[in-house]
Formats: sequence, structure tokens, C-alpha cells
Amino acid sequence: MSTDTLPVLTPKDFASDQEIRWCPRCGDYSILAQMKKVLPTLGVPREKIVFVSGIGCSSRFPYYVNTYGFHTIHGRAPAVATGLKIARPDLQVWVITGDGDGLSIGGNHLMHAIRRNVDLKIILFNNQIYGLTKGQYSPTSPLGKKTKSTPYGSVDAPLSPLSIAIGSEASFVAKSVDIDINHLTMVLERAAKHKGTAFVEVYQDCNVFNSGVFEFAQKKDVKADNCIYLEHGKPLIFGTKRDKGIRLNGEGQPEVVNLSEVKEDDLLFHNEKTEEPSLAFMLARMRYPTMPEPMGIYRDVQRPVYDQEMDNQVKQLIAKQGPGDLNAVFNSGDTWEVK
Amino acid sequence: MSTATVETSHPQGGNGKPLESMDAVVIRFCGDSGDGMQLAGTQFTNVSAVFGNDVCTFPDFPAEIRAPAGSLAGVSGYQVCFSNNDIYTPGDEVDTLVAMNPAALKTNLCDLKRGGTLIVNEDAFDSGNLFKAHYGENPLDTQAVAGYRLHRVSMTRLTRDAVEGLGLSQREADRCRNFFALGLVYWLYERDPKATKEWILSKFGKNQAIVDANVRALDAGYNFGFSTESFTVHYQVAPAKLAPGKYRKITGNEAVAFGLVTAAKLAGKELFYGGYPITPASDVLHELSLLKNFGVKTFQAEDEIAAITSIIGAAFGGSLAVTASSGPGIALKGEGIGLAVMTELPMVIVDVQRGGPSTGLPTKTEQSDAFITVLGRNGDCPVPVVAAQSPGDCFDMAYEAMRIAVEFMTPVFLLTDGYIANGAEPWRIPDVSTMKPIKVVHPTQSNTDEGFKPYWRNEKLARPWAIPGTPGLEHRIGGLEKADGTGNISYDADNHQHMTLLRKKKVADIANYIPEQTVNGPESGDLLVVSWGGTYGAARSAVEACQRNGKSVAHCHLRYINPFPKNLGEMLKRYKRVIVPELNAGQMWFILRGTYLVDAISYAKIKGKPFLVSELVHEFERVLSGDTTRQEWSYTPNTCSTTISNS
Repeated sequence: MSTDTLPVLTPKDFASDQEIRWCPRCGDYSILAQMKKVLPTLGVPREKIVFVSGIGCSSRFPYYVNTYGFHTIHGRAPAVATGLKIARPDLQVWVITGDGDGLSIGGNHLMHAIRRNVDLKIILFNNQIYGLTKGQYSPTSPLGKKTKSTPYGSVDAPLSPLSIAIGSEASFVAKSVDIDINHLTMVLERAAKHKGTAFVEVYQDCNVFNSGVFEFAQKKDVKADNCIYLEHGKPLIFGTKRDKGIRLNGEGQPEVVNLSEVKEDDLLFHNEKTEEPSLAFMLARMRYPTMPEPMGIYRDVQRPVYDQEMDNQVKQLIAKQGPGDLNAVFNSGDTWEVK
Repeated sequence: MSTATVETSHPQGGNGKPLESMDAVVIRFCGDSGDGMQLAGTQFTNVSAVFGNDVCTFPDFPAEIRAPAGSLAGVSGYQVCFSNNDIYTPGDEVDTLVAMNPAALKTNLCDLKRGGTLIVNEDAFDSGNLFKAHYGENPLDTQAVAGYRLHRVSMTRLTRDAVEGLGLSQREADRCRNFFALGLVYWLYERDPKATKEWILSKFGKNQAIVDANVRALDAGYNFGFSTESFTVHYQVAPAKLAPGKYRKITGNEAVAFGLVTAAKLAGKELFYGGYPITPASDVLHELSLLKNFGVKTFQAEDEIAAITSIIGAAFGGSLAVTASSGPGIALKGEGIGLAVMTELPMVIVDVQRGGPSTGLPTKTEQSDAFITVLGRNGDCPVPVVAAQSPGDCFDMAYEAMRIAVEFMTPVFLLTDGYIANGAEPWRIPDVSTMKPIKVVHPTQSNTDEGFKPYWRNEKLARPWAIPGTPGLEHRIGGLEKADGTGNISYDADNHQHMTLLRKKKVADIANYIPEQTVNGPESGDLLVVSWGGTYGAARSAVEACQRNGKSVAHCHLRYINPFPKNLGEMLKRYKRVIVPELNAGQMWFILRGTYLVDAISYAKIKGKPFLVSELVHEFERVLSGDTTRQEWSYTPNTCSTTISNS
């Protein structure tokens, strides 16, 4: 089906008939709403879209979207999605995962899907807590975090999802926030259009077990002072009055400077297309409250896409060797006749 | 001795030496892991198969790729039986043993029959190698080799002489020794070395010196047999009378790959293989990777879990999906297989069984995954299981496993084992055009007036295989319990019991769509031997030996393990005694007792090796004599075994 014959769909067309079972005011509702807004704009028929998830609160997502969907097992969504995408390169495959699902039990699959650059859109809902098992710390919970399994504070050092993604040679890396509606919509659209693995971390509020930890990036009155909204080709400027910027100091480290003292041209300019991932990695290390935290597209480069490469290899071999002939294969090598 | 040239053809005949005819011969080549014994054995097998003998092989190698040279742990062996008649095993006793060093002699001599031919590379029996093999003195000079027809051949020196002038290093020259040994055995058994020369050319064609060297070594070995006084007689084994047709040699792993590709072709579907390298299953991945022009996609996953889950994704997408592994990998795949059962997607999981538990005996054979495949996994999680009985049968059962998977929308286990996976036999090339197509239906229309119901079932209780890309049939599946019909999440108590029993019944009812069990022998009698999987050849040979001795014994060999053929329970009751020989501590015995309340006797062998016909005959006759005491558990450390560890 070509896209120009597509019926015009609305977000409602992507709502399934299932009752949503997330807690009231969970950040997941907003992410679902923005996704439903983005899907009709992509020019992809509904039946060609598949949502694959693992286990956890976020992983219930596929039940609530009226596309094809697969709620798999804990941590394995990237592997299921990889198999599906290799088998069916014609589909648009989204992976919905969380900080526990994607980075703890499923860390291995996430890393390998990203380094292969399978054409998957991986959305990791990071709420820094295990919600569905009722409140244990996760691999992204900060040191000292008091939870049910760490009543005296966590001594378990956290990891940064974007650092993992960039370290795994991700071709598309972005970060957004659940209730930052327009920003999240923009990021999801960009992810959908990327060829290869798009990895998106979304800060998501678990209002039951970890409420308010992302207020720095959610609240309208403070987020502009705490976050830098990345724009390709533009200098890194932030602040409610847009009076602060990021410059590399003499040691090559990012530092906050006041624009009244430093010219814009001396600031660090964002380039999401840089092949070399060091800039993106440095941005991924900038975390609130030590530094203003970058939001948006960190990296968007092109490199060979695994499922496409495999498909091409098969097609090229068929073109070169001809379609497989069982009799020819069986009769190759040494054979003999018994009369 | 003059050095041979590439052009030199071997002299015809036996140089006037007597030629004796034999019905069947068992040869074993053994040496260091790096000595090329698997290659020598494979070449001998090919040549014998093409000559028209029936062949059956048993490659036996250590888990270490190159254990220290000369050590007991590093011994690699390849046994081949070739015959002028139908054979089903690689033979209990060895007629001719080729031992390339003292360690190989020490670990293999006990399998050489008294009076058998023993060919040793005398040059390797130096003090260093004798020490590494824990020999105090050179066994060739002692009573250890008395009672055998010993040929002390200076293989290292003769091979070096043969390749002299080709500019090879000593190390490269010594690598040709396996071809010298092979050439000698070719003369001894009247085999034509031509095919091996052609193979050498195709394999090493880019390096003329290596081609020349290997061909010269082969000829030198052949000529040595022809001209030396040491060999006074040579032997002939006439072609076997196999069923008419065109044949090739095939190993179990090759046959699995061929069977799967054939199933995909007959289903008109693409094959997706997701796998992680593991001994002894990796060859399935290797074989399929060569067949990409059949539309086969092979995905080397990051681990066993990704292997199974990737094929679940591919099956959801509409591919014929398959993975292959061995015990440790099957254990890791357990949760994924549960998901496949819950989502009722078709796929084949090949389990090439090896010695366990844990890492166990990676390169040795065993049948100890009956429990994990039939009973493993959390919850009530039924999966059909079929088991191949020989290398060639792997082709038929791979096709059959895929047929069942697609017809009943279920994951299916195909059990093979290290013995039949690596072992080879002649395979009559099938005419694919006469094979039954596998019918695949992907619905395009809703199946009820209330919309598409992904868990609506047909008369076989199979649900529809609706695939992404189909407009109007968008649906969601997953590992949570399903409401009957709609497939929506359901925690309803009665629904769970209903769905659990439905999944169980779906698999149990497959018994109506598989062949009934047959026996080889009387329909009732004193003893029924129930074997399964890769022990077919040994069990059949042993039963036939007992039958020739006038005993009332029948053989029931199972290829369908779950469900069992529907007439099996009744069959078991028609014999006074039932014995279950298997290469584990009694797993199928336990399942049969549990299923049919039959007071069967277990005969267990857990040595990483296949059954010998003689030990089965002995056991069957013991039971037939009325001695039904349990098999004794005795242990005598056995120094004559390649499984000795040097730690």
C-alpha cells in the first residue's frame, strides 16, 4: 500500500478497546497520548506498525494501542523485536521498555540491538524505580536512594541510559520528559523517521513509588533553568532569560558561562550529525543538578542497518546463485547410485 | 623409499598379497586433536560410501580444541564401520586401530579386538610422548600389544621423506602424516584414493606445495602397504545391497538443516534461524548459513535467550522459525519457550543432546534432555517432542517437527544427540516433489461477527496465524493468561483452568495425527525393548541378535515422545517384561511408568558414549533369563577411555 492512498487517521484510531490499568496520574498516560498523536502523522498504515514490550508498567503499553502488539517477557523485547524486524523489514517496529526491563534484566539485548543498528524505535521509560514489583530501586536509582529493598539507602551505583546507548554505537539518541508534550512529540517523530535503532530515554514520573524526582525537568517555572533544549547547529544556551550557555574550558570540559561575559560564538555548538560520538557522550554526562541537563536529539547519524543488510545479502545471493534448488543441494558433493 | 610425485598413481592390486573378503570392518583413527584424525576418518567414510558400502560413523573428540600435544586429554578419534550389508551402529569392537601417538594407543587399545590390526606411528613413541601418556616404558616393546597384529610404521620419517623438496617446514611436513596413515589404510582395504586426491585439490588448490605434499603423503602410505613386508594380506568389503536410489553421505546436523529448508520450501515460506553457537549444535547454524539463496535468514544472536526470543518475533511476523541448541542452551531458553506456548506460535527448537548437567560433557553424547523437553518450564507448559533415530532420520523428523508446529500452532522440540548429529550414514536422496506440502494459512478476514479473535480455534484446537501487515486483524498477544477466544488478558480463575487444560489437550490430541507405533518382532512375547532417539541402531541390532538366538523379543522404537503414539499404552501390556535402555539415568523409563503404570525395567548408560550392541544383548538376555534385579551401580575407574582428564 502506498502512503498516498492512506485514509486519514486520528489519535482515536490508535486507541485499543482495552481498559488502561496504569495508576491514575502515571506519566505513562502522557507518553501514550503523545504516541497516539504522532502515529497518524507518520504515513505508515496501522497494520504495519508493531509495538513490542517486555515486562513492567511501561510494557503494558502495546495493549493500549490499536496496532499489532506483543507483550513479551522480562528484558527480551529488543530480541523479539530484532527477530520480527529481520523477518519483516516492511514493518515499523517500536520497543517499549523501562529502566529495569531494558537496563537490568535485558541490558544485554538492548546493547546488542543498538550496536547492530536494527531498525527499531526503542522508547525507554525511566522512572528510576521498579513500579510493578512495588518499589525496589532500579539500575538508574541514585546512590543513597531509600526504597523497600534499600531501607538504609542504596549503595548500588547507577548507570546512565544514554551513556550505554552511545557506548553501544547508537545512531540515534534522544531524551525527553513525559509531560513535556510538544518536546516529546517532536522527539518521537524524529525517532520514527530515523533509519536504524533510535534510542529515546523518557523521564517518566512514578507518582506512587518515586513521585516528583523529575520535577526539575517538568515544572514550567524551573525547567528552562535546569535543562538545555538541544537544537542542531545552534549554540548551547539555556535559562528562563536565555542568558546562560555552555562552553568548553581549557581542559575540554563543559562549563556554564554567563552570556553577558562570553560571546555566543565561543559557546559549544550542537551538532547531532557528528560521526564521532564524544560530543554526544559528553552531553550524556551532563546531569542535573551538577549541570543543566540536555533534552532533545543528542545524536542522529546514518550507518548500515542490520535487518536491511541481511535482507540485501539474501537478495544478492538469490540474484547471484539463483533461487535455492533442493535437488541441486542434495546432489552436490559425492553421490552414488544403487541399482 | 623413493618420494612420490603428484602424478604418481597408486599401483593396482595387492602386489601379489592375498586378498581376503570381509562382511564388515571397523576402523578407528586416533591421535592428537591437531593430527587430522577427524579428516582422515571422514575421507575414509566418503570413499567407502561412494564405493557402495553401508557406513556408520562415530567421531569422538575432546572439548578442548588443542589440548597439550601428546596428552591423554587431547586424543581425538574417528570410528567408521563399513559393510556389505545393512548396519545400524559403528561397531562394538575395532578391527583396525591406527594410533598416531602413545596417548592415542593408551586410550583406545582396549577397544581393539584380540587379534586385530594395530598400526602405530612408531616415531611418536619417544620419551616425551611416553611420559605424557603416563607410560613407564614403551608399550610397543611390552606385553601390552601382545595378541594384536602390530605394525610399527615410521610415519613421521616416511612422510617427511615423501614431501622432501617441496620447501615445507618440518611442522608443515608433519601435518601430512594423517594422509600417510589414510593411504596405508586405503591399501589395506582396497580403496581408491582418487576421490581424496580430488578433495585435497579442491581444499588446498590455492597452495600447490600443500596439495603436492598431501598427495605425496597419501601415495607414500598406499605404496608402503603395497611394497612392505610388514603387511602380508589385505582385505575387501563388497558393496552393500541398499535400497535402489541415489545416495550421499549425511550427518545428523546436515540432515536437520536440509529437513528444515525442505519444510520451508514445501510450505512456501521463508526460514528464520536464530541461534547461539554451542557444541554439538553449531553445525546446524553453519549449514543453514550456506543456504541463504533459499531465502533463509540466519541470525547469530547475543545469547541463547535472544536466540529463542528472536525466533518468537520472527514467528509472530510469519516466518518458519527455528533455533538449535544443546542442554545448557535449552535451559536458558525455558522462559522463552513458555512464552511461545502461551502465545501459541509455531517454531521448532532443535536440542542436540550432550552429556550434562551444567557444562557436563560438551562433545559427548547423551539422551538426558527427555525431562527438560517433555516436563521442563514453569507452569503447565506442554510442548510436542519428536526424536530422530539416525543421522538420515534427522531430515524426516525436522520436516515432521515443522509440520506439527505449523498445523497445531505450537513450538515443537526436535531431539537429536551428539552421536547422530556428528555421525554419518548413507542417505537415499529424497524426491522432494513427492513430499507432502505443509499448508500455511494466514487469515485476511475476521473470524467472528464481533471482530477478529486471535484465540478462536479450529478443529485441531489451533488458533489463527494472523500476521502483522494484515489490515483489520490488528491484535495484541503476550505472556499473560489469555481469555479464551479474544486473547485479552484474563485473571479469571475458571478461565485459567480452562485454558491450561485446552493447551494440554491441544498437544495430547496430536496423537491423532501421527503414525501409530510399530514393533520389530512378535506382537506379544517375553520382552519388549523400548528405545528412543539415537539409540535406534544399537537397540535394533541387539534385539535382532536375541531374535536370532530364538528369544521372544520385540523392539519398539519411539520417535514421537510427546504425545506418544496412541496405541503405545496397549502395546506395552502385551509383553511379560518391558525394558527401557537409554543414555541417561532413566528419564524415558520414568515418563513411561508415569504415563502408563507399566512396571518397566531401566537400563541406563551414562558414559557419554553410545550403547554397544553386545552390552544390550547381555542385558536383554539377563532379563529374559528371569533375572530382574536392578542394574548394579558399580564403578571401576577405567583407564582405557578418551574421557580421562589430565587434571
